[in-house]
Amino acid sequence: MAILSKPNVPQFSVDVYQNEYLPEGGREVNAIVTVTSTGGGTTGGHPMPGAAAGSGSTAGAGVVIMVDCSGSMEYPPTKMRNARDATAVAIDAIRDGVAFAVIGGTHVAREVYPANGGLAVADPATRAQAKQALRRLTAGGGTAIGTWLRLADKLLSSGDAAIRHGILLTDGRNEHEKPEELQSALDTCAGRFTCDARGVGTDWEVKELTGIASALLGSVDIVADPAGLAADFQAMMEKAMGKEVADVSLRLWTPQGSEIVFVKQVAPAVEDLTARRSEAGPRAGDYPTGSWGDESRDYHVCVRVPNAGVGQEMLAARMSLVLPQPDGTPQVLAQGLVRALWTDDMAASTRINPQVAHYTGQAELAQAIQQGLEARKSGDMDGATAKLGRAVQLASALGNEDTAKLLAKVVDVVDAPSGTVRLKARVADADEMTLETRSTKTVRVKK
Amino acid sequence: MPPLPESARAAQSAPPALCPNCADPLDADDRFCGSCGHDLAAPVPAPAPVPAAQAPPAAPPAPAAERPEEGPATDAFVLAPPKPAGAAQEAGGETLALGVALPGARLSDPREEPPAPEGPVCVACGLGGVDDDGYCEHCGHAQPRQRDHQEQELEGVAAVSDRGLRHHRNEDAFAVATASLPDGTPAVAAVVCDGVSTAYRPDDASAAASTAGRESLLASLERGTPAEDAMRAALMSAFEAVTALAAEEEPPGGVPHHNAPACTCVSAVVTGPVFTVGWIGDSRAYWIPDDRTLPASRLTEDDSWAARMVSAGLMSEAEAYADERAHAITGWLGADAIEVDPHVAAFQPEGPGVIVVCTDGLWNYAESAAEMAEAIPADARVRPLHSARTLLGVALDGGGHDNVTVAVLPFPAAVSRAGFPSA
Repeated sequence: MAILSKPNVPQFSVDVYQNEYLPEGGREVNAIVTVTSTGGGTTGGHPMPGAAAGSGSTAGAGVVIMVDCSGSMEYPPTKMRNARDATAVAIDAIRDGVAFAVIGGTHVAREVYPANGGLAVADPATRAQAKQALRRLTAGGGTAIGTWLRLADKLLSSGDAAIRHGILLTDGRNEHEKPEELQSALDTCAGRFTCDARGVGTDWEVKELTGIASALLGSVDIVADPAGLAADFQAMMEKAMGKEVADVSLRLWTPQGSEIVFVKQVAPAVEDLTARRSEAGPRAGDYPTGSWGDESRDYHVCVRVPNAGVGQEMLAARMSLVLPQPDGTPQVLAQGLVRALWTDDMAASTRINPQVAHYTGQAELAQAIQQGLEARKSGDMDGATAKLGRAVQLASALGNEDTAKLLAKVVDVVDAPSGTVRLKARVADADEMTLETRSTKTVRVKK
Repeated sequence: MPPLPESARAAQSAPPALCPNCADPLDADDRFCGSCGHDLAAPVPAPAPVPAAQAPPAAPPAPAAERPEEGPATDAFVLAPPKPAGAAQEAGGETLALGVALPGARLSDPREEPPAPEGPVCVACGLGGVDDDGYCEHCGHAQPRQRDHQEQELEGVAAVSDRGLRHHRNEDAFAVATASLPDGTPAVAAVVCDGVSTAYRPDDASAAASTAGRESLLASLERGTPAEDAMRAALMSAFEAVTALAAEEEPPGGVPHHNAPACTCVSAVVTGPVFTVGWIGDSRAYWIPDDRTLPASRLTEDDSWAARMVSAGLMSEAEAYADERAHAITGWLGADAIEVDPHVAAFQPEGPGVIVVCTDGLWNYAESAAEMAEAIPADARVRPLHSARTLLGVALDGGGHDNVTVAVLPFPAAVSRAGFPSA
């Protein structure tokens, strides 16, 4: 935790966007809370290969790369080769001074490097040794992701790294352990390290990998073409190297008698945090947000407050970012206030905040895509057409161009503004999985 | 033969023409409100100010004894307007700065709660402490701010400002002052401003305008400027003060705004045998003679859509005020004002009386001069603060739909009360 006392902990700021006016009898308060962390002597996410080891900002970081080595990785053989190359690129992106390890995963987890029950500290020599060790990666065996995660947790906790991150690469389903075992591994690891997950090819389960990344507060994506792995791994590692402060929680205070309808991260991707609450004192609860570098995220909070008369003003929620200190007292990094004002001015109370409207649409878009693809899989073509049509309409209205392009690979768009579509008779697996995986990606409000 | 207590009581307990709960019009024989179902037989829970309603009108020393704060230039913060004065003077109420709310400042709203024994405790639930942002840590309710209810009494003038019952903050402001003309004649002034809700920072606009207006007025009068010129200059400096607000940088992260800060302004100054009224917007001044058999009169002409329609002969007064655009103002102080045309008028009444200077939060409930005369206590001239509170009570009983600000100036200037007989 030594890093936390360093002066280069980023500065956090909180901005609240809401329409605070409620009509008479109104109880539901919606707000978009934008959290931005800046400063702290970062390089803006760019790697600093060969940077002076004393630069310090990543000295307290640890990274474990988990590479799927199950038998299926050998079909086609390029898959294993690309995974090896990608891992090598990722290793090159590790900054000096960062502790790291490589795990080969099958139905059991195996330490590939440094293979001494702990982590190696990155420098030119260890990076070279690690890349050497990658040659020993061969495909063969099953897939039990829970065991990989448990080993990663063991290795990461062997050091004193404050920022602990994992990168998981797999190409298949978690077939060689029970779902409960994976779940129990996730429960153990949640909050102990963050993890990005990547699915290569089209034989993996989107829900499974999404669940892993979601539980471990990381991103998930598809790498349909193994040749694209190296670039993706490098980007992921650079992002991980940019993280400067870990274990930040979003603390939400709400008044007596209120209920929290939901708390969602809505940018850069939709992630429902409502069920992740842990109580933190009277009327307050903490929601995990993982580690932060130079970045900005948006949260949508919906609170139902007790009714009050026209002319009254109430604090509907206080959002603060807190960082647990070694002595147990939380350090408040920044805070924002969500207010409720009851008015009989219809013009004020019926105004919809553009940010809230935008992210409400974004969340509906993600849901429409998921439900549409679900309906399509189960053979409900009418339902699928309706849902995906709605998704096309939303993506077009909200400006999600990337999502609109992905949708166009699954449906023939007749008229986007009205949401008129026809399902394509033949859809490539990769296109469908890409759409499903990326359905939660959002775009921000055009300012 | 003063039928005075009658009129005082009539203002309070006459069969309500409006439902006390929702302000819907009632019929004389209604037992329940047809709109909200309010039980009209139930005692009116309103802040009924009857401190000395039964006292014989010819008892001048009584009010003085009741109000220990009386004296030259004593600021008085009183918790509840309707309560007998002097019962609830808050210690530390020495400042009447019309600035923004001080965090943690505890000035109770009279309608909410008795003062808590110690430490800041929420006025809404009485359980939670108050955080640095001015909200209860338990129920989240915003705590009353300094501007929610303000009172000030100087010798010869008293004013009251209140948030009302339906607005979340008080965007009205007032300033009162006394001065001496170069020849020693006392001058008593009151400035009342009403922030335009649809504009940005209306509360700051009204505070700035009232303060600037008062300062300019006093300075001019003390230099010997004629009252009418001083009044015109005061309105212009109030205008400049509000315009200057628009030039200020908005706080970072603030909501973008399109309407520059704006407010209305009305002031009255009593100088010897005459008084002068100046205004821009739809805040008003009324003249109520002590002899209620004489007609009371409205002294100002609104800069409002309705008034323009009436004066142009396009609509009858009833039609114009029934229109939803009636209250749209056509003149205001602010950077985006189309034309700033200060209206000034001087009056030389024959007998004694009071000048009532108020915002539309009051006159919406006593529109005509006759209604205003009925609403104000008969002894208004000797008890201006009491009268101002009574008028506030009328507005709150009527529904308190807007911020209410009222200043009462006795005429002739009551700088030395001993010389004047009561009513």
